[in-house]
Amino acid sequence: MKRIEFDTAVIGGGAAGLSAAAKCAENDLKTVIIERENRTGGVLNQCIHSGFGVHYFQTELTGPEYALRLADKLKSSDVEIMLGASVTAIAENNGKYDLTVYSKTHGVFIITTRTVILAMGCRERCRGNIGIPGERCAGVFNAGFAQQLINTEGYLPGSKAVIVGSGDIGLIMARRLTWSGVKVECVVEIMPYPAGLSRNIAQCLEDFSIPLHLAHTVTEICGRERVEGVKIAPLVNGEPDLQQEKFIACDTVLFSVGLVPENEIARLCGIELDPVTKGAKVDGNLMTSKAGIFACGNVLHVHDLVDFVSQEAERAAVSAVRLCKGTLNAADDANICAAEGVRYVVPQKFSSACGGKFFMRSTFVADTAQLTVKNINGEVIFSKKLHYVKPAEMLTFELPPINSIGAIATLEKL
Amino acid sequence: MLHSYYDTAIIGGGATGAATAFELAHYKLKCVLLEAKAECGFGVSKANSGIVHGGFHYSAKDTLKGRLELRGNRLFHELAKKLDFEFYPCGILAAAFSETEMEQIRKLHQCGLANGVEDIELCNRERMLELEPKLNEAVIGGLYVPHAGTVEPYSYVFSLIDTAKLNGVEVKTNFEAVSIEMKDDLWTIKSSENEIVQAKYIVNAAGLFADRVSRIAGAEEFKISPRKGEEYLLDRLSDARPSKIIFPVPSAHSKGVLVIPTAGGTTMIGPTADIVEDKNDNRTSAEKQKEIFSLASNMVSGVSVRDLITSFSGSRPVIEGKEDFFIAPSSKVKNFIQAAGIQSPGLTASPAVAEYICELLFANGLQAEKKDKFLYPEKVPVLRKMSAEQAEILYRKNPEYANIICRCEMISEAEIRAAVRKGHTTLDGVKFATRATMGRCQGGFCSLKIMHIIADECGCAISDIMKNEKKSVVISGVAGDLQYEKN
Repeated sequence: MKRIEFDTAVIGGGAAGLSAAAKCAENDLKTVIIERENRTGGVLNQCIHSGFGVHYFQTELTGPEYALRLADKLKSSDVEIMLGASVTAIAENNGKYDLTVYSKTHGVFIITTRTVILAMGCRERCRGNIGIPGERCAGVFNAGFAQQLINTEGYLPGSKAVIVGSGDIGLIMARRLTWSGVKVECVVEIMPYPAGLSRNIAQCLEDFSIPLHLAHTVTEICGRERVEGVKIAPLVNGEPDLQQEKFIACDTVLFSVGLVPENEIARLCGIELDPVTKGAKVDGNLMTSKAGIFACGNVLHVHDLVDFVSQEAERAAVSAVRLCKGTLNAADDANICAAEGVRYVVPQKFSSACGGKFFMRSTFVADTAQLTVKNINGEVIFSKKLHYVKPAEMLTFELPPINSIGAIATLEKL
Repeated sequence: MLHSYYDTAIIGGGATGAATAFELAHYKLKCVLLEAKAECGFGVSKANSGIVHGGFHYSAKDTLKGRLELRGNRLFHELAKKLDFEFYPCGILAAAFSETEMEQIRKLHQCGLANGVEDIELCNRERMLELEPKLNEAVIGGLYVPHAGTVEPYSYVFSLIDTAKLNGVEVKTNFEAVSIEMKDDLWTIKSSENEIVQAKYIVNAAGLFADRVSRIAGAEEFKISPRKGEEYLLDRLSDARPSKIIFPVPSAHSKGVLVIPTAGGTTMIGPTADIVEDKNDNRTSAEKQKEIFSLASNMVSGVSVRDLITSFSGSRPVIEGKEDFFIAPSSKVKNFIQAAGIQSPGLTASPAVAEYICELLFANGLQAEKKDKFLYPEKVPVLRKMSAEQAEILYRKNPEYANIICRCEMISEAEIRAAVRKGHTTLDGVKFATRATMGRCQGGFCSLKIMHIIADECGCAISDIMKNEKKSVVISGVAGDLQYEKN
């Protein structure tokens, strides 16, 4: 079998992969991007609304524009981009990694590389994953799939829709469907607060008078061949109250019920995963439990903004560059764990001598909350007051050097 | 109006009908199989648990289904070598968690011994845990039946149909028989679309609708009451996947909720068994989901709702007031073979049911010689089962093998095109033929790519492609069809 050598192989050519590859190339690494689809840009290509790039490009762009800018950065570089190519396995080989690649144009071959940057993004949780009862009829879509249908293919999924879950894609799609002449009956959210960003609630639902039913669930999808409607009911003590169940006629149901990092090949090669983020456990260099394999973007943890994905990807790329040049500081000796009020913290490891920069998510909604980080002796090493805390919005904080091998983060409502 | 004449018409293209078509294809006969749905196997068979049972639940001496299950089990091992379907001969473990249950296990063991089941083994606790370390440690003993396994029921049906077709059997889908009349020793079957088929003999293998088919033909009156079962499918990386099929001790109406290592590599838990009124009721429910997860978790470790991929349900066609199969020539009308009430273990028994139906046809006057030559379709290579080296060789012959369309189940463009060329032109048809969209993303990434391939192969528009039946439209139109009206 054919074998090709690189300094770094970036798996995935979406926002994270393009940003990471550009940074690697800037630093003279021989870099390859392996992308499943026949074009780069990933999900950005179907996100034709604006709101991207304010932090990273200092200007507001649409998804395709953001992707184009990233692709332009690569034009003058030597980065090799393999399109329509799937990585099916990662195997260790004498301090390097062998990636098995399948591609209609390039064949079946091995890429041998010193470093790997995981940038595969995420997939949508679907109706089946969350066990929504009822019939298995046509007309049930993941919100992102419906978005692809309308925005990149020009097809309509139906004429009257109910959206399950108030994730950002679902909210964006409520507006998109409405503009396309599809009547959006309502958005049904199981939690007592919205899952998406506040600006999307305002701009995609409120502006179009689309009802949002919080603390409600779909109790049945009805229809034999095509969807004919859904039954919804409010949750009382965590269970649907069937006394208050009602039927909403529709021919389409969209699911926007969360994203899951696409980590199956990482898991199969033995990379340790975080059970909460479903991404790899990483250190301050964004290196996984396998030396030389880094992770960034939505495959590491699901982000709210693509700008942060690009920044995180650059951080992973810089680490890969340092590893190739022998300058990577691998003294990450301390663990940080999420406790009361904190859903997760990424990275999960850091250097006690240098401190670190972290992303986190809360488990609750509050106007003000107090973040406290203690060391393993229970001494407070850091605290910060945070405003407008909600699970949908990612929070960041930085730790100074600490004299301990462990830290625990808690978040308390004020 | 179209007229076509046949020696035998089989009504129903599920496991029973398909196996009968396969069996009759060995003879110099003109046969037709009539399927009401868009593709064969889309009725009862598609939602089957896919177990090739071990022959220890029913007495082969006292029950027809016991006899045919035993024979079917043996035939399955043979068929799996010749036909293109997945068979995973993993064996069965029936687990007891109390002394009362152990008593039942001893009875099953006796039944198996009396039936002549080979290598059947009564096990103590240690032996059970040695055979399956994932079993709940509270197990006190059980039964091990090595010569049993799992199949993909749809690919089994498809492979029978493909082989039957290759050997001359005609298959008409979307043919719902609405009138069946005999005149001058010739049956005339009319479809809802007014298509007419004439045949000397009829085999009623209409599954849930065998009662209606029997009635409109003027044959026996009986009622098929659907016994619904829900199934829940877990990710192929689920920790719950056992090395053998795990059975509880059976109840009067069901073999209970099982933990099944599917032939396709996932784990399935289920089924329930509840009598329902509506034959077309394919709903799943929150209540049954809870029940199944709880029962499965009690038997093996690692069952988690987080690994849930999808769920579905199907109904066993049970004849009201009868637990056994009803396979016999009609006593009311001539040249009409009943194959009704083929509930569990109908899939296992199906190759033997088909043999038996042929015997009955011949005993009732059908005459035919065996063909000198019987053809088997070429097996489609399965990328998922290949090493990269093997895939590379295949790529040189057909580059479409290196284009992975369904990432979760690793299904290539070549396999999907092969399925469409065999006549699977619906999304579910492609799914059942290839496993594409059957994985953890449930088609979120690849449905559209598959639709493009179907459209390309069939020369149709993407909006013409159905999920399964006639009205199961996936895409309703093109952007611009509807107008945005500001409130």
